[in-house]
Amino acid sequence: MSDTVNQTPVKIKQSRYMKLSGLEPLVLNENSNFINVGERTNVAGSKKFLRLVKEEKFDEALDIARHQVDGGAQIVDVNMDDGLIDGKEAMVRFLNLIAAEPDICRVPIMIDSSKWEIIEAGLQVVQGKCVVNSISLKEGEEKFIWEATRIKRYGAAVIVMAFDEVGQADTYDRRIEIAKRSYDVLVNKVGFPSEDIIFDLNIFPVATGMDEHRKNAIDFIRATRWVRENLENVSVSGGVSNVSFSFRGNNIVREAMHSVFLYYAIQNGMNMGIVNPAMLEVYDDIPKDLLEHIEDVILDRRDDATERLLDFAETVKGTKAEKKADLSWRENPLQDRITHALVKGIDAFIIEDVEQARIEAEKPIEVIEGNLMAGMNVVGDLFGAGKMFLPQVVKSARVMKKAVAYLNPFIEAEKSDKSEPVGKILMATVKGDVHDIGKNIVSVVLACNNYEIVDLGVMVPPEKIIEAAINERVDAIGLSGLITPSLDEMVYLAKEMQNKNFEVPLLIGGATTSKAHTAVKIDTQYKNAVVHVNDASRAVTVVGDLLNKKTSNAYVAKLKKDYDEFRTKFLKRGKQKTYISIEAARAKKYKIDWETSSIVKPKELGVQILKQLSLKELLPFIDWSPFFRSWDLHGKYPDILTDKVVGEQATQLFEDAQDMVKQIIAKQALKPKAVFGLFEANAISDDDIEVKKKGGDTFVFRTLRQQLKKREGIPNHALSDFIAPKETGKTDYMGAFCVGIFGAQELAESYKAKDDDYNAIMAQAIADRFAEAFAEYLHKQVRTKHWGYAANEDLTNEDLIKESYKGIRPAPGYPACPDHLEKETIWELLEVEKLIGVTLTESLAMWPAAAVSGYYFANPEAKYFGLGKITTDQLEDYAKRKGIEKTVARKWLYPNLAEQ
Amino acid sequence: MSNIYKALQERILVLDGAMGTMLQAYKFTEEDFRGERFKDYPTPLQGNNDLLSITQPEAIKTIHGKYFEAGADIIETNTFSGTTIAMADYQMEDLVYELNYQSAKIAKEVADVYTAKEPHKPRFVAGSIGPTNRTASMSPDVNDPGYRAVTFDELRIAYKQQVEALLDGGSDILLVETVFDTLNAKAALFAIEEVKAERQIDVPVMLSGTITDASGRTLSGQTAEAFLISVSHIPLLSVGFNCALGANLLQPHLEAIANKTDFAISAHPNAGLPNAFGEYDETPEEMGEQIEEYLKRNLINIIGGCCGTSPEHIKVIADIAAKYKPRQAEYLTLS
Repeated sequence: MSDTVNQTPVKIKQSRYMKLSGLEPLVLNENSNFINVGERTNVAGSKKFLRLVKEEKFDEALDIARHQVDGGAQIVDVNMDDGLIDGKEAMVRFLNLIAAEPDICRVPIMIDSSKWEIIEAGLQVVQGKCVVNSISLKEGEEKFIWEATRIKRYGAAVIVMAFDEVGQADTYDRRIEIAKRSYDVLVNKVGFPSEDIIFDLNIFPVATGMDEHRKNAIDFIRATRWVRENLENVSVSGGVSNVSFSFRGNNIVREAMHSVFLYYAIQNGMNMGIVNPAMLEVYDDIPKDLLEHIEDVILDRRDDATERLLDFAETVKGTKAEKKADLSWRENPLQDRITHALVKGIDAFIIEDVEQARIEAEKPIEVIEGNLMAGMNVVGDLFGAGKMFLPQVVKSARVMKKAVAYLNPFIEAEKSDKSEPVGKILMATVKGDVHDIGKNIVSVVLACNNYEIVDLGVMVPPEKIIEAAINERVDAIGLSGLITPSLDEMVYLAKEMQNKNFEVPLLIGGATTSKAHTAVKIDTQYKNAVVHVNDASRAVTVVGDLLNKKTSNAYVAKLKKDYDEFRTKFLKRGKQKTYISIEAARAKKYKIDWETSSIVKPKELGVQILKQLSLKELLPFIDWSPFFRSWDLHGKYPDILTDKVVGEQATQLFEDAQDMVKQIIAKQALKPKAVFGLFEANAISDDDIEVKKKGGDTFVFRTLRQQLKKREGIPNHALSDFIAPKETGKTDYMGAFCVGIFGAQELAESYKAKDDDYNAIMAQAIADRFAEAFAEYLHKQVRTKHWGYAANEDLTNEDLIKESYKGIRPAPGYPACPDHLEKETIWELLEVEKLIGVTLTESLAMWPAAAVSGYYFANPEAKYFGLGKITTDQLEDYAKRKGIEKTVARKWLYPNLAEQ
Repeated sequence: MSNIYKALQERILVLDGAMGTMLQAYKFTEEDFRGERFKDYPTPLQGNNDLLSITQPEAIKTIHGKYFEAGADIIETNTFSGTTIAMADYQMEDLVYELNYQSAKIAKEVADVYTAKEPHKPRFVAGSIGPTNRTASMSPDVNDPGYRAVTFDELRIAYKQQVEALLDGGSDILLVETVFDTLNAKAALFAIEEVKAERQIDVPVMLSGTITDASGRTLSGQTAEAFLISVSHIPLLSVGFNCALGANLLQPHLEAIANKTDFAISAHPNAGLPNAFGEYDETPEEMGEQIEEYLKRNLINIIGGCCGTSPEHIKVIADIAAKYKPRQAEYLTLS
């Protein structure tokens, strides 16, 4: 029995457990599973990594490390021992770079070298508690003690190789002899903490054909058991892939061998190891016959085990087939290939195809007007017929741009006439507004249809729009805006266009715009065409009709008439609702019984900031449905991915989004920052909330109250109803917050510079999702931790999207509090600009655009509601309370006024 | 020396409050900072608070005395920036030994007076070792994340000089504080271990990190527990947190480490968060209320104040601390 594997439970001797750290702790305990050490960042074990280090491609080398951690490595082993590189310098450089990657350095590092100077250099650049791999008695006790003492002083755990002055341990007896001696020296002479000692008991290959190797696995496993049962607190590790060395080239056998070996080694106390997770089969999935042959070898159960496995291995050879992209379309004629590339949005071959077309054509311009436009017409037809979707069209545009960019120098060189665009469209997001995803999409779609786009960007003042329209002699002007104050800007611009006797059509779009507002407020200011276009796919036909010289007069006349009728109907309808006075509405406020209502004092009062969050933590909080909406794909995530009509496109878009999210996280291209505060608060004078900052400064939030006449017993809400009035004598609390995602603009610009609008728009859409996710994440942190009124809540992401949590976080500019002005109060209260750098434009839009701000209300009875319309008496009262001119108040509250 | 271990068993020890805030009240001018000795020094010296131990020793002594008077058991030397690295700003690298030695000496003199007065309550001097103004595990250059403005060895050598001078001047304890980069702290601990081994002495070491914001992490990105693990290889007298946050916001981070170590736990929070003018305005009573929460939860062995705290704060804290027993580490039973 002495040389077979013992399968009774190992009696591990342990009173203290190893603790390691990267940015986060790795603490072992009696329930710890096997610790997986990532091995791919090892120049000795990975040719690819060696090449990247040699070529100083450290970015890609970091990707390998990141991939390890993402793949489940709990420790990352780094080894730079190669004759052709300066190991010390490479180690320091790579570890310094890792330290700047929170997604990698969250796990502990294993500094792997046979050279002490490399180990020490590594120890000097890592803040967490690392593992040194390795030291041994190979060069005697004195050196061993000296190195162990230094390692202890640097604060690292250590792997001790079963190696001494005589040589490497290759039998059971030698393994335990060296382990015992090393342990005694470390614990008694160095004072090394025993829980920080890890033994590497040498995993050697089996099935080599040599008799003395037959017991290599079994001896390792038995020695492991002895060490764990006799040397208190230590761990046992090893490099697993060695065991299958003789089956190089046959991964199926190797993967199964690793699993079998680990199965028995772990049973006997091996608790960590260097393993390539990609080279590991699930033990239970190993075919019975293969398993039997491998166990015979690992456990040395038969004299002919090796021969039998070698024979069997031949039958299971073969690698898994790789999926290849279908390139058969490359066989088609040139025009078909160009059209295919445009329709499918494939840019890999477009230059080569366009070059061929150029050689065949008489003038390079013909390639654009002929080949490319033919392809784009197919795209336009498919899009118009609802057979292509927005994300695809934007991708088509990317291919088109790439092709045109390639051809332009040739066209210039010939000094021939440039392609004559069918029209020139000015696009701008109006002053004070920063949102431009929708505008960018419309621009791309129009550009696809051969319109020339003059994009003035965001926050464009009216003078600049007028000036550019004149100088550029544009054929139409498109204005976009997402927040309510932008509506006024559009009205102003329409007036200016009239004053300057413009004749070009004005297109209105953006989330806050509506046909009603366009008809009532903008159309009346401008004698020429004004059209509300809120759908990118409509933009092409509308613009086409407007600019077609033959039909445009009739079209404009029809348009004007249509808006006039719509206006009349709308104004009539608006008067049907009845409103009650603000006094009467206050009498019907929502009443909370403050005697019994639970008021929870926040655990942490005051203002706090959050700048060091990893985007990864926000991922589970992302609500993807609005993301698809921004691409004109309608439906709920995840159902949309399998939708009959848009499912395929949605899936493709989603995959592209996931790729970008991964890259953003890897490169930290977006940076989340937040500030929030929790304060004492009381409702005062019915509709205001007084907030007290520590130190006594007070701030007042003005809330607005519903005035729609409702049935008896249905209250007229204002947010102030959810805070205890001062006269109750109770101290209540409320919070405020602002989260922002920085870097989206820069990222989008970097794509635009490469003519890649698809990814530019994608970057912005993703940043928006992160901002919303951050607000959700922070609200949860506040509910469960900082305020702590819902410490035990357990909600899924779906619950969060459905808003099933207790308490609310309404945001100024949204239905419960449409008044943007209150943002200014939040900015003062939280010192938002100073602390995290999110700023407000003159229209009170937030910059960066991917930002969310709002209030926290914790009362269990607090709920979301829509303000609806209010009447002049509340407007006047509000202006008085806030100490502003009535005209100013009217300007901001205008969209909510019942009488206009 | 072993007195401190005994005192720590018996009661919650009180650390002093802010030095900088107290010095501000003196409104020292450039001339005051220079004194006679540095009249013609080539660089501006106003703001070099550590220098005041040489040029305005009476003020430093008075402040130390006020903190002892308020009930502090331990005062910190006026040496927060006393390394060649931090003093490079004033071209005073060569003065580092003297600054630390003098500061420790002054503090020790004041401590001895109070110990003599009340022998049942021995007073201790903690040599303050700040983080320096450079970080060993982060790059100051966003375009070159692999760059480092200071190396481990540069830090180790600088800290070693400071440690030797602090000990020569009579420090009873070494306090590595306001650790925002754990690698800097590890260099300081390495230096301390070297000095201990060379002089064959034992010195109690306190280590205090800084959590910078609500993410609960140090500036260098570690969680409270990861920080604790990274510095636990040296036998410490205490580990804890100071600065950056007020007492209430510090509490969750103390809770995160209190039951995970058998070292004593220390805290010296700020007097709240700075207001719009950069001033700390939490009153002694407000701060005391928060600190009492710590003590009720059995979190603390050593308590004091950082930015914005005054002898009034320490008096309130000392009175509260006297009512409670020091934290007993449950963790101890495991080892």
